[in-house]
Amino acid sequence: MMAYLWRRGISVLPLLFGITLISFLVIHLTPGTPTEMLTELNPKVSLEARQRLNEIYGLDQPLHVQYGRWLKRFVTFDFGRSMVGDQQPVMQKIAERMPITLTINVLSLLLILLIAVPIGVWAAARPQGVFDQATTILVFLGFSMPTFWLALLLMRWFGVQLQWLPVSGLHRIGYEAMGRGAQWVDLGRHLLLPVCVSAFTSLAGISRYMRSSMVEVLQQDYIRTARAKGLAEHHVLFRHAMRNALLPIITILGLSVPGLIGGSVIFETIFSIPGLGRLAFESAMARDYPMIMGFLTIGAIMTLIGNLLADVAYAYADPRIRVESQR
Amino acid sequence: MGDTLVVGSIGDARTLIPILASDSASADICGLVFNGLVKYAPDLTLVGDLAERWDIEDGGLVIVFHLRKNVRWHDGVPFTARDVQFTYDKLIDPHVPTPYSGDFERVKSLTVLDDYTVEVRYKEPFAPGLASWGMWIMPRHLLEGVDWQTSPVARQPVGTGPYRFRRWKTGEFIELVANPDYFEHRPHLDRYLYRIIPDQATMFLELSTQQVDLSGVTPLQYRRQIATSFFQTYYRPFRYPSFGYTYVGYNLKDPKFADKRVRQALNSAINKEEIIEGVLLGLGRVSTGPFPPESWAYNADISPAPYDPERARTLLAEAGWRDTDGDGWLDRAGTRFAFTLLTNQGNEPRQKAAEIIQRRWREIGIDVEIRVVEWSVFIAQFIHTKNFEVILLGWALSRDPDVFDIFHSSKTKPGEFNLGSYQNAEVDRLIVEGRRTFDQAQRTAIYRRIHALIYEDQPYTFLYVPDALPLVHARFRNVIPSVIGLGYNLIDWYVPLEEQRYSHWRLQP
Repeated sequence: MMAYLWRRGISVLPLLFGITLISFLVIHLTPGTPTEMLTELNPKVSLEARQRLNEIYGLDQPLHVQYGRWLKRFVTFDFGRSMVGDQQPVMQKIAERMPITLTINVLSLLLILLIAVPIGVWAAARPQGVFDQATTILVFLGFSMPTFWLALLLMRWFGVQLQWLPVSGLHRIGYEAMGRGAQWVDLGRHLLLPVCVSAFTSLAGISRYMRSSMVEVLQQDYIRTARAKGLAEHHVLFRHAMRNALLPIITILGLSVPGLIGGSVIFETIFSIPGLGRLAFESAMARDYPMIMGFLTIGAIMTLIGNLLADVAYAYADPRIRVESQR
Repeated sequence: MGDTLVVGSIGDARTLIPILASDSASADICGLVFNGLVKYAPDLTLVGDLAERWDIEDGGLVIVFHLRKNVRWHDGVPFTARDVQFTYDKLIDPHVPTPYSGDFERVKSLTVLDDYTVEVRYKEPFAPGLASWGMWIMPRHLLEGVDWQTSPVARQPVGTGPYRFRRWKTGEFIELVANPDYFEHRPHLDRYLYRIIPDQATMFLELSTQQVDLSGVTPLQYRRQIATSFFQTYYRPFRYPSFGYTYVGYNLKDPKFADKRVRQALNSAINKEEIIEGVLLGLGRVSTGPFPPESWAYNADISPAPYDPERARTLLAEAGWRDTDGDGWLDRAGTRFAFTLLTNQGNEPRQKAAEIIQRRWREIGIDVEIRVVEWSVFIAQFIHTKNFEVILLGWALSRDPDVFDIFHSSKTKPGEFNLGSYQNAEVDRLIVEGRRTFDQAQRTAIYRRIHALIYEDQPYTFLYVPDALPLVHARFRNVIPSVIGLGYNLIDWYVPLEEQRYSHWRLQP
């Protein structure tokens, strides 16, 4: 197993290098520079002042020199500093926003699993049955509904008309004067709508995978055997069939690892949540090269790790794969 | 005294180091935490801020600022002329990435005469220079010899202003509290909370639950959504011209637009009222020049050319554009009058205005295409390279009417801001004279003349000045709109005790 991990780990390095090189080229070839965006056609900012900014940030150097400098810092895990505004280190800016995005994504992923897996199982038990058709309509309704529209409707309904929940943001005004417990309740109330909206709009994927995987498993001989033994239906479904049907879900979960830190711009903007999605979007619009490179590289690393995790988990869950890799 | 003002803002501040701040959110906060030497009064004249008064000597070559005594930084250290010197040194330091160095390049020297007197000597008389000393002064004792990138001061500013910085949660809010020792007087409102709400629809919902006390709304919201009894009871809507204008700019290097009559014709063919009605729902006014309509520089004698397609056709015919082949489009020497009107993405009013203009220009036989381009591509590939025929764009206006960068013929290089390469010797001369003249009456005459000349030449077709449309919670008193907006007298705003919403929060003495 260790040898396998080691081999995989080594093969990833050239891939990572390639990803950073291509990313670097693409973002630098995109028209517009951070200094142009920073000064936003402000006539008070003279041409000379902009050239001075370019020199300070090293943007007057040839591209390969700039990439070399970036790479040199990167091997020491230094992503440099943002070129826009407060010039904080890239890692610090990302770390600052990571907890909230991670919290929302993990909560919503848990909620999705909690709802989507049973939906898939029950739907597969009676394909084309009433439950199957009803949930199919429901999950696709969620899938095709524009997030911002649903979010605004719910904010209006629960926030403005019923006044049960806050409209947006993470804390109420004056939350710092409240006790610790009350602060957690307050945060929970703020997170309720975002988590639910994000879960509802992504139910479709996992529930449909679960369903088709289940349908396939239920046709296997051992299921017929289990039924023939006279086992209760829920026992057959959840003990015997579901375990095997979960395998493809593991792959999907592995692939969703980079998604855990990738926030959604629209979503975070609507709910006024200072998450990674907004930061990434703003950085891209401002052509903040070090920030964009930071996001792309971390995203790439997470994707590679996610793939690796999926493979390992798969091997763990499915003895056949383990045996084959040992041969 | 007491209560909190909760301001809703679309964007977060980028930095709270004053001389690095170039976005409006950073400016909102820096404006409350810091002071300049001078500031604009509600009638757009300059008055003293940290400077008590100033003398202009040697025909404008020298400005001597006499600073206020007994002003203290928020940490208690006295403010002196050394702080002014320090701020100036940083502004001209080539290693400091400030966008404002241009304003101070004309300064020959800055000398501290004593703790409360600063002498600024210019290379040549430069009237807009006085206004540039509205730049926020930074504390030398905290920032000297410190790396701003790593220093906590970058995110925890210490100033001399009416509000003290308390904390900044990135992307969420910035909190300021009243400075009890402010040199004018203690602000009545205890706390200022700047909430970042990036979506306009969410902002409106937050207003609907009274979680935001002050925020701008869109023309549509202003016209259609605030007529409810809730908004009538809890908010006061304001409306005044904003500091900016939208225009159509011609590339004068393009032979199609070299003839003044063509540009005048294009102007006559646009119905500005219709655009203001359609795009801003009437919440704006027709503009004829590069100054705010309320400014002393604005020439009110110029009446906007009425919408007159017949006159447009006549002028175009005089310039040689006629429909000779009867296909409905004008042509000259065998080429059809066709061009692309370029504007940027993400600005809905501009895109709508472009469509209305396209229709009107097509009606008089000009084949106009619209192209909408993402902002950074727009700037990099079309504006700075001057690779356009006609653009639809806006300028924010500064308080000072100096238009050197936008209309002087020396500013036509790629990357400079005389985008259409406009050249008029008399305008050039007047712009330079305006910069050298300190006398208010003379300046007024000069800028009104510039306004008239530019309107006659039509390098731009000025379209409109949109209105600013802020809502302010009705519990705030002393909110008096002016030419320079609402916030200029923030320290005088107050809420009667029985109406305070955040009374549980009190500024500890």
